[in-house]
Amino acid sequence: MAGYIVRRLLQAIPVLLGTTFLIYFMVFAMPGDPIVALFGDKTPPPQVIEQLRARYHLDQPFIVQYFIFLGNIFRGDLGVSFSGQPVSEILAATFPVTLRLAALAVFFEMVAGVTIGLISGLRKGGIFDASALVVSLILISLPIFVVAFVAQFVLGIQLGWFRTTVGQGAPIQDLIMPAIVLATISFAQIVRLTRASVIDTEGQDFVRTAASKGLPRTRIVPVHILRNSLIPVVTYLAVDFGTLMVGATVTEGIFNVPGVGRTLYQAIIRGEGPTVVSFVTVMVLIYLVVNLLVDLLYAVLDPRIRYAK
Amino acid sequence: MPSNTNTRPDQQHYVAPIEETPLVAIDSVKAEGKPTNLWIDAWNDVRKRPMFWISSVLILLVVIVALFPGWFTQTPPNNECYLANSNAGPTEGHPLGYTRQGCDIYSRIIHGTSTSLSVGIIVTSLVAVLGILFGAFAGFYGGWLDAVLSRLGDIFFSIPYILAAVVIMSVFSQYANVWVISLAIGIFAWPATARVLRAEILRVKNSDFVMASTALGVSRFRILLRHVLPNSIAPVIVITTISLASAIVAEATLSFLGVGLPSSTMSWGNDISQAQTDLRTAPQTLILPSIALSVTVLSFIMLGEVVRDALDPKARAQR
Repeated sequence: MAGYIVRRLLQAIPVLLGTTFLIYFMVFAMPGDPIVALFGDKTPPPQVIEQLRARYHLDQPFIVQYFIFLGNIFRGDLGVSFSGQPVSEILAATFPVTLRLAALAVFFEMVAGVTIGLISGLRKGGIFDASALVVSLILISLPIFVVAFVAQFVLGIQLGWFRTTVGQGAPIQDLIMPAIVLATISFAQIVRLTRASVIDTEGQDFVRTAASKGLPRTRIVPVHILRNSLIPVVTYLAVDFGTLMVGATVTEGIFNVPGVGRTLYQAIIRGEGPTVVSFVTVMVLIYLVVNLLVDLLYAVLDPRIRYAK
Repeated sequence: MPSNTNTRPDQQHYVAPIEETPLVAIDSVKAEGKPTNLWIDAWNDVRKRPMFWISSVLILLVVIVALFPGWFTQTPPNNECYLANSNAGPTEGHPLGYTRQGCDIYSRIIHGTSTSLSVGIIVTSLVAVLGILFGAFAGFYGGWLDAVLSRLGDIFFSIPYILAAVVIMSVFSQYANVWVISLAIGIFAWPATARVLRAEILRVKNSDFVMASTALGVSRFRILLRHVLPNSIAPVIVITTISLASAIVAEATLSFLGVGLPSSTMSWGNDISQAQTDLRTAPQTLILPSIALSVTVLSFIMLGEVVRDALDPKARAQR
């Protein structure tokens, strides 16, 4: 176990260096003035340019710049936003809101997705299965911002069930609609994955054994089939964390949820390149850490992973 | 059971003569039957499914609209916009009404088709080329080459490709056009394809026919090109069809975020982005391009679905 953890941690190091280097390279190794390029067609005040030049040590050779950038990240110094607030402070203030939204979304997609996937898998080829397939294909095809606008228009404006924007402090009842919208991205995939996994598990020997020893269906389905079908679904959630972050950026922007995503969304919309780079770097780091944790957790749950080479 | 009726002298148990068992039917070779392979099987499977024909017709329609927008509308999408028509409803010759700028929505949707489709095709080609190169070399040659290529893939895989494209497009915002945005999406989207192909090649390269070719003295590279790659390309085709749909969504998302194509380029993402402030007053300006976008994406997803069912025996069994 300890060997596995050490090996997995060591594997994470080149990826960590590689991703940060890649982001830095994309921004600062391109021909032309990177600071001006980051602002697009907008012209920043000269003080801002001066400050950024000093911050990114653009007079140094590229590789030195990169290591200074890396050092800053590990000291928790992520730069300053345009309003003069340190990015780390903004993160600390907005992260809990995003976490709440994401947790709510994962809860919705798991409950709805697993339930529907289970029923589809158990009644393979039936009407329920066929309609679940059609609905999930349509949901996969709808971009998240379309879902968000349609929900906002129909549920928020026409029916008046939800408030269209989130209020001060992001109370949980205001987060329900954004969370449902965010959940639709992965919902369809979870349905399909659960369905495939349930069909797979149903054919296993231990399910047949359980049935032949006379266990009632009400026990076989939750204990033998469902529990063993959940492993690939949980793995998928970790892999899909990147989609969740992108989705959160759009959803929080549209519903005005005061989280990390909205801050990034607004920085993108306003063309504040340096802030965008800081936030994307942080998101990529979070993504790496989450995947690392899930891999380690997975090793705890499944001995086959631990002992495999 | 007739236990003793047919027992031969040296047998203690009844053994059925081979002609009387179902084994005959299983073992028999239909010499007069048509030869078949994965692709013929897949075609026979696919053409029976209505979903295949629905998605094919839709895709064909999208391609025709993208190639010949003039066949469908005479109204120019960008000129002849009058603010007097701002957010107006349908009128004679303008079946879907007008945008906030007073442009014809129907014409803008028709002319935006080629943008979405071009981005989809360019990204998919890029992803297929990079994914096949990286996946094939990593899987087939193994060793240090595999280690290097796979770690490189891990690095690109660890940055969600839309976030990466946001950064690239922020830097290159002055040069934004269909090619740049496709490059920005594709350069980070290939590792998934490479992984799928690598796994498949690892499986195929231990087959007997590969060993036979090696024994005949065929060069390694030729074996990869002629024998291994054609036998492991099926999952790549599936993932490529679906990546076409994802690329179209990615372009629309970037345009929606304002780091996509310049507003002068006709694009569904741009139109949706510009209509978002009018959601309360003129929802059709937002909904109509969204429908065009979603139907196009849906048709590629459906095609990918059908192709996967046909090419992947496991998916077929679960149907």
